[in-house]
Amino acid sequence: MMDGRDSVRFRAFTRRAALLSAGTAGLFALLTGRIFQLSVLQREQFTMMAEDNRINLQLLAPPRGRIFDRGGVELAKTAQNFRLLVIPERTKDVRAALERVAQLIDLPPHRIAKAVRQAAHAKPFNPVLVTEGLGWDDFAKINLNAPDLEGIETDAGELRSYPFGPWLAHVLGYVAGVTDKDIEKEPELLSLPGFRIGRSGVEKAADDALRGKPGASHNEVNAHGRVIRELARTPGTPGQDVVLSLDMEVQKLAQERLAGQSGSVVVMDVNTGELISIVSAPGFDPNAFTTTVTSALWKQLNEDPLKPLLNKAITGMYPPGSTYKPVVALAALQSGAMTPATRVHCSGATALGRFIFHCWKRGGHGSMDMVSAIKNSCDCYFYECARRTGIEEIASMSRRFGLGQAYGLEIPGEKKGLMPDPEWKLRARNDAWRDGDTYNVGIGQGAVLTTPLQLCVMTARLANGGKAVIPHVIKSFGGAPRIMTEPEDLGLDPAHLAIVHRGMDAVTNQGGTAARSRLAVEGFDMAGKTGTAQVRRLTAELRGRSADSIPWEFRDHALFIAFAPVVQPRYAISVVIEHGGGGSRNAAPVAKDIMTLVGQRDPVRQKIFVPPTRTVSAPPRQA
Amino acid sequence: MSFSDAFSSSGRDLRLWGKLRSLNWGVVALVTAISCIGFGLLYSVAGGSFEPWAERQMVRFAIGMALLIGVALINLRTWFQLAYPIYGVSLLLLVAVEFVGRMGKGAERWIDIGPLQLQPSELMKIALILALSRFLHGVLLDDVSRPTRLLPALLLIVMPAGLVLLQPNLGTAAILIAGGCGLIFLAGLSWKIIVPVIVLGLAVVPIGWEFALKDYQKERVYTFLDPDSDPLGAGYNITQSKIALGSGGIFGKGFGQGTQSRLNFLPEKQTDFIFTVLGEEFGLFGLMILMGLYLALLIQGLRIALSTRSQFGRLVAMGVCLNFLLYILINTSMSMGLIPVVGIPLPLVSYGGTALLTVLFGFGLLLSVQIHRSVDIPRSASGLWSS
Repeated sequence: MMDGRDSVRFRAFTRRAALLSAGTAGLFALLTGRIFQLSVLQREQFTMMAEDNRINLQLLAPPRGRIFDRGGVELAKTAQNFRLLVIPERTKDVRAALERVAQLIDLPPHRIAKAVRQAAHAKPFNPVLVTEGLGWDDFAKINLNAPDLEGIETDAGELRSYPFGPWLAHVLGYVAGVTDKDIEKEPELLSLPGFRIGRSGVEKAADDALRGKPGASHNEVNAHGRVIRELARTPGTPGQDVVLSLDMEVQKLAQERLAGQSGSVVVMDVNTGELISIVSAPGFDPNAFTTTVTSALWKQLNEDPLKPLLNKAITGMYPPGSTYKPVVALAALQSGAMTPATRVHCSGATALGRFIFHCWKRGGHGSMDMVSAIKNSCDCYFYECARRTGIEEIASMSRRFGLGQAYGLEIPGEKKGLMPDPEWKLRARNDAWRDGDTYNVGIGQGAVLTTPLQLCVMTARLANGGKAVIPHVIKSFGGAPRIMTEPEDLGLDPAHLAIVHRGMDAVTNQGGTAARSRLAVEGFDMAGKTGTAQVRRLTAELRGRSADSIPWEFRDHALFIAFAPVVQPRYAISVVIEHGGGGSRNAAPVAKDIMTLVGQRDPVRQKIFVPPTRTVSAPPRQA
Repeated sequence: MSFSDAFSSSGRDLRLWGKLRSLNWGVVALVTAISCIGFGLLYSVAGGSFEPWAERQMVRFAIGMALLIGVALINLRTWFQLAYPIYGVSLLLLVAVEFVGRMGKGAERWIDIGPLQLQPSELMKIALILALSRFLHGVLLDDVSRPTRLLPALLLIVMPAGLVLLQPNLGTAAILIAGGCGLIFLAGLSWKIIVPVIVLGLAVVPIGWEFALKDYQKERVYTFLDPDSDPLGAGYNITQSKIALGSGGIFGKGFGQGTQSRLNFLPEKQTDFIFTVLGEEFGLFGLMILMGLYLALLIQGLRIALSTRSQFGRLVAMGVCLNFLLYILINTSMSMGLIPVVGIPLPLVSYGGTALLTVLFGFGLLLSVQIHRSVDIPRSASGLWSS
């Protein structure tokens, strides 16, 4: 049936089909080439990209280092933190799920609202933190009812706890959640849920050591970021344990002796600068700060007239009052303006131009030499002493004793205080220095401001023969002792120091101003100096009234410094009680009690605690 | 010559048993082999499970295979007679889909017929081959290039292609146009027309770009040209597909070990990007085996076309092959980042019922041509416009 025209058509068809086939062959060759290019030539590049897609690195929070006192008492530890979480994709209605929980435990509505808000923005398989720091009872209740609580999860994370709470709040500080600003600095570690960093005190100063190195979990994730399985895990390094030089027993006693008052106690090893105790009263409970501080508590702490949040031992600035007199005496001896035997007659007041400068003792002390002037804290003697010595010499000596400066203590926030001199007065007050200023400085009043820590450092340097010890509170990091450089010698004449020591010995042991605070520990006697710092110039109305009848905020600050034992001293102490009245009546007895304990515990401290090295174990997975 | 004479038997044994014996079982074996690769991959991308894809695909394949044999056994003359009616119905359905079509993937493509979903655009792929082959069967070589013959042929292509483009379904429209033009080319269209049209076409591209393409289509082209410009957005598919293919290397990551597909980095892994899954798990080696099977199937098709007596049969056979080839070229090129992303499945391998049935129907036609290769159909039987 095929005619000629059909066979023409057939041949044309065959040619065209052959042409198409050739084209097809060409295209297949092209495709093969492309396959070769991708899977052979560029294989490595694409393999890497595929691995990048698949593997997600998740940081694991390292357990925070512990903090011990010098005897090994645990001061800051990591406790279990029971947390309540909700996983949005596992429940139909996050709010309803949380309201079911609220029927079991006390769950405030604002927490529910916050979790619902977060869940709306989180990836549905990522847990959202509802609340933490649950009590064991609540935790158990939720777990018991777990089958009925769809989408609700609990876990036990880490929470910092401070067993001694208020006794150490100012020294240790506390840890708290990170802010957005912190995250900018170290985005990876700090954005771990629930991660906390040191916010104040040693926790802040030693944060890097305490924090440790994070571990990492290599997870296989799918395209939506959901973890499919864990491929590998590196455990990370726990934070280093930190041992403090503090003696918890002394710390506790000091805090108890200041109970109900506003004040500070600092106790120091005069040879090393180690702080045995540093207390600011009243304290506050740092445990309340590790989760969320309630606004009621915050308000209460802020409005308390005794200012519990302030670390007065390093930030409180007080006129040193008579506790400053030993330094003035040394300046006088050093400059040659006075000899130990130089006598000054005290009639109860001395005149300077049209001003009258009173001695604290009406009627005066009579004739005073340096030792008796220190013993009796005679103001008139020191007016004269200061006048003869001159402000420059006094200021220079004061600086050698560490006044007017900060020491870089491991507790952040130290204040420098103020050591005035003519240059300062011109700069700050735009006024010339007058003799009256020198008189006031001579008895530790006027513009002189010192912190309790500075008073203790001053006392330590007096006691140790003029060595410029630097106060510090950390003894070791991760078991490795901290190396302190040998303290610089202040170049004081031992004979001059001996005079001052004799005066201070007389204060407590020979019927001086703190005779009632003499220590009764065998071989551990104490030499001291009382001080009373005027809060405001006494008005005629208040003068002569008994301390108790003056309103609290107008009463004088009570101060006392001391070292012990008198021969080859080992410890120095400073006590400041705000508005505590007289130093001899109120501050010296506190020092007596504390130094008694220090004396009793002296041999205990010969042994220094070395924390056992911790085994590196895998930290719990962060949710 | 009377119409009934034209349909007399060619003398070969065209009873059922004889037809089955003469059937090219090689084609059936190749189709089955390729489909089995598909089942394996669907099992793998489901995380080592017959649910939800592999099992259903196997059931559909079984149904499709029965359809293929059935179609193959029907006399080529019957298909010849049915060509225009099928085309007409398909065209009506395409129009209907504009009104009662259901939204799916942003394009109106489906009609619900009870529990079934009908894609008229898929049906049209077969219908166009049949109708165009019947029309060209009646046209002598010298007449192909005459406007009186060429314009109706083009109209046969343009009507459905235009409707599909309206849906909008760029991929299917491209296959209809390319497949249809391929048939006209095979029928012997003069080079005097082909060359100027190609030149003109190249000139028209920029204008078409401006006026014919929808925004999402333009976006596909943009991201194709520079996938890294938006690696998490529109360029994501291309980038992830290349990563999966490239990381497969020469022998692949192993069956069920493709991280890109298993962890869902690869989108549409069971349909449009299944070629990539094969590359990731079986590497260059696996891809070459599949390409080899495809090529073998195409060669079988070509052999059948060239050994067929009627122009209708030859054109139908080549039309089926062309259609199949276009699927392969578009899908693989897209998977390898050579052309923009177009929703065209990899034939016989990708998950999807309608496309599978269409392809198997096509191979049924090819085998019907093969069985009835000696059947004569007079030119005049084409009806109107026949030479």
